[in-house]
Amino acid sequence: MTSSTTADARPTGLRGALRSPRRRGQVVRAVQYALLVAVVLVVALTADWGQIQRAFLDPEVAAAQFPSVLSVALLNTVTFTLLGFAFGLALGLVLALMRLSSVGPYRWLATGYIEFFRGLPALLVFLAIGTGVPLAFPGTFLNRYVTIMLALGLVGAAYIGETIRAGIQAVPRGQVEAARSLGMSQGRAMVTIVIPQAFRIILPPLTNELIMLTKDSSLAFLLGSTTAQQELAQFGRQALTQYRSLTPVLVAGACYLIITVPLGILVRRLEARTARSR
Amino acid sequence: MSTTPAAGDDVVVLDGLVKRFGDTEVLTGIDLEVRRGEVVCVIGPSGSGKSTLLRCVNLLEQPSGGRVLVRGTDVTDPDCDIDAVRRHVGMVFQGFNLFPHLTVIENCTVAQRKVAKVGKAEAERRAQANLDRVGLGDRGGAYPAELSGGQQQRVAIARALSMEPDLMLFDEPTSALDPELVGDVLEVMRDLADEGMTMLVVTHEMAFARQVADRVVFMDGGVVVEEGPPSQVIGAPREARTRDFLDRVLNPTHER
Ligand SMILES: Nc1ncnc2c1ncn2[C@@H]1O[C@H](COP(=O)(O)OP(=O)(O)O)[C@@H](O)[C@H]1O
Ligand SMILES: [Mg+2]
Repeated sequence: MTSSTTADARPTGLRGALRSPRRRGQVVRAVQYALLVAVVLVVALTADWGQIQRAFLDPEVAAAQFPSVLSVALLNTVTFTLLGFAFGLALGLVLALMRLSSVGPYRWLATGYIEFFRGLPALLVFLAIGTGVPLAFPGTFLNRYVTIMLALGLVGAAYIGETIRAGIQAVPRGQVEAARSLGMSQGRAMVTIVIPQAFRIILPPLTNELIMLTKDSSLAFLLGSTTAQQELAQFGRQALTQYRSLTPVLVAGACYLIITVPLGILVRRLEARTARSR
Repeated sequence: MSTTPAAGDDVVVLDGLVKRFGDTEVLTGIDLEVRRGEVVCVIGPSGSGKSTLLRCVNLLEQPSGGRVLVRGTDVTDPDCDIDAVRRHVGMVFQGFNLFPHLTVIENCTVAQRKVAKVGKAEAERRAQANLDRVGLGDRGGAYPAELSGGQQQRVAIARALSMEPDLMLFDEPTSALDPELVGDVLEVMRDLADEGMTMLVVTHEMAFARQVADRVVFMDGGVVVEEGPPSQVIGAPREARTRDFLDRVLNPTHER
């Protein structure tokens, strides 16, 4: 910039256009749209649509999956998820309170538990509970539902516990002080004043946790199952080998989305509500 | 629990109260009594230890030394049931601290129900009476977020009164309010004083202290610098530090 005449503020031509941030934004957006259109065209023109439909979306195979994909597989997925979530929530609350305890060993135990189970693949935990426990304690027989509840819940509790702890700590100190000044004990203030407010704060992350558990429930396949015990992922896998078509997998996937997409929308709604009330 | 017969009519006795945060001594040996039915206003610059003093009375802060007697009970005694003492000591905070997940009436009944084990109907009757008293009898179903700051603070007063306290502690109850909302809160406090409530009030409202207080305490740097009737402490202060402070509060733009 050697000369500083007023003309420099409104340059012309392409280079001039790119110097204005608003113009630059328009050009960048135009390039992005052009790229998108190009990719869609290439895919649409080069793909063999008949073959793709036979592999992925064979209407006859899709129809054959009903009603058992709903009445057995979806139902099992929901049942396993809710069992695991209920157990994880209860244990998570205990872990959160232990993490906030004034008694050192409680804090260390909870921290150790959380680090341990957050660091392991859920798959290993399923193997350990489903196969390891009967091996280690011969004669013990864990009900299938109990096994799944334990395996999903033990892992879920580590995440849920941290979420609840953060929620409890997000409740302003003044709330406890007001409760105590009215004569409430520490425990009473926690139960009546802090925890209800903490749960409002953590409802969005807790719902995310439910989505994760829905997907993790597919690990139940490690335990082996009869047809009546199949959940969505296993149902899809078995039908895949039976029909030699990916269609059952697609149907099973759609069933997961029926659960998880509304939950995801719920999370965004809850987050928006929390943002508004601040 | 040790009771001191000599306490007599004193609702609060601070006897050489010391409070340290780490190495800093915030209160350095405070002696103060509040008698039944008395209104004592504590004034002083920011950081002088006024809030800390108030919070030592109901043990929201643990005193580091000295004794604190509330209704004859030594609350610094480790065997003292502090929750039982707090039931008779209401506190009103600068930031209101209403329970946002409960309605106005529930804010006023929750401690009665859960702590004092009062029946539902009786708790609601008391809560309603106190909401009427602060001029918000028709807002019982609202949530705190739906009220103005001044209304929230009046609910906070009604909440404390619903426990039927013998003593009310106020920590700058109007400092967080828009100026036009201050008057309603002060009026409620004035009525309360007229009805004979024992009150320990930290405030910057000099006109209120002058009119309502039986005694004014001026604190600075963790000590009581001057104490006496408002006409003396505010009207004709003896200490240079008190005069300086009042000058700054009453004449903030340094006009002559
Ligand atoms: N929890 C705390 N930890 C450390 N220092 C504190 C704490 N609370 C108050 N203080 C300090 O104590 C002094 C007195 O505070 P405070 O009683 O709030 O004064 P005031 O209410 O008169 O403004 C201040 O210097 C403040 O920084
Ligand atoms: Mg203060």
